[in-house]
Amino acid sequence: MSPFATLFLRDVRLAARSGGSAALALSFFALVATLVPLGVGADLHLLARVAGGILWVAAVLAALLSLDRLFQGDYEDGSLDLIALSPLPLELTALAKIVAHWLSTGLPLTLLSPVLALLFNLPPGPSAILFASLLIGTPAVSAVGAIGASLTLSLKRGGLILPLIILPLLAPAVIFGAGAVSLALDGLGSSQALGLLAAFAFGAMLLSPFAAAASVRLNLGG
Amino acid sequence: MNWLFRYANPHEFMRLSGAVLPFTVIGTALCLLAGLYLGFSAPPDYQQGRTVLLLFIHVPAATMAEMAYGAIAVCSLLSLVWRHPLSDIAARAAAPLGALFTALGLITGSLWGKPMWGTYWVWDARLTSFLLLLFLYLGYMALWNAIEDEIRAARAAAILALVGVVNIPIIKFSVEWWNTLHQGESIVSGKLAPVFLAPLLLLMAAYGFLFASLWMVRIRTAILERRARTLMQQGVP
Repeated sequence: MSPFATLFLRDVRLAARSGGSAALALSFFALVATLVPLGVGADLHLLARVAGGILWVAAVLAALLSLDRLFQGDYEDGSLDLIALSPLPLELTALAKIVAHWLSTGLPLTLLSPVLALLFNLPPGPSAILFASLLIGTPAVSAVGAIGASLTLSLKRGGLILPLIILPLLAPAVIFGAGAVSLALDGLGSSQALGLLAAFAFGAMLLSPFAAAASVRLNLGG
Repeated sequence: MNWLFRYANPHEFMRLSGAVLPFTVIGTALCLLAGLYLGFSAPPDYQQGRTVLLLFIHVPAATMAEMAYGAIAVCSLLSLVWRHPLSDIAARAAAPLGALFTALGLITGSLWGKPMWGTYWVWDARLTSFLLLLFLYLGYMALWNAIEDEIRAARAAAILALVGVVNIPIIKFSVEWWNTLHQGESIVSGKLAPVFLAPLLLLMAAYGFLFASLWMVRIRTAILERRARTLMQQGVP
């Protein structure tokens, strides 16, 4: 098996077995979605209106939860040093970790979103758009998040500073993702928003492995 | 690039900045006084009345807020590519100033928004992207402060600054796509009456000189601090 696939499978297995970060992220996602109607009231029209934005924000926050473990666990127990010594370039290491993170948080969140959209009284059409936008956009969350995770990996309390660093950078994803749902609710075409979201996600996936690898390198003292 | 590297030497920088600093301070004072005088003596705007005065302190603050990020980005690039310690110091010194100008732009903007738009805050494209810019500054400063090892902190902050530079145009575009109410640019396109343009340009110069002065003072302080620390470590009483 190639080093990339080995690392990728290892990270997915770690996410699934130790602590179950996917289950935690899913529960957090569902909990935020449960608290919102308690806060803004049970008006179904209002809930349908805000569903896209709320679920997008909740998904970004839920994906943040497990980001600080993306590199930090491997850094603390020393395996990151060994991974860095392997023939796999650090850029591809970062990419493998990003894809594994997406598979263990972004994808489950996306799969759960139609159920939560139902609770928010989102009609089937916009709900499908929400599903599509999360499917397209959550890789960008993992990718941009990996930059923040690698920059803060040597910090004991990096989890506190990580959101401050990456949430402003993720504003475009939330805008295009939630915007696509609003457009669909108004009966307008949302392909432009989805296209822009896809462009943002591709750009993030393309550039963030380089930024993440550079910051892993500096934290390993290279 | 050789001329640049000559001044990247802290000794050279101390000598040069010490010579330039009095002039930028005097420039700040002169431009500020002249600009404020012309601003206060300008006639009230036919629509905005006296609140047009806010134009003179709001627009330069917003411009400097963006320029300061540009300065940080250039210093970060120099630091990542050529590893000049001085550019790390310069990038770090510019961040609080940029955050301050961003906050000033937001505050004066919201004070201007109350009489003009009837509300202190609207979720308009420019206001929102400036709020995000403020958070970018805060995150950048927090990262600097969080990492203890100075060399690592400098390189991590530089990477973050460059990621921010790539992302800022995207943020601006996305926020504009999302909502727009703020008026467009009216200086270069010549829509601003000369009686308002003169004080505005003077105050822009004043803010620019002010930024340059404060930036130099902060860099000089950081260099002196480093020297003091080195002397302490060498056991000089």
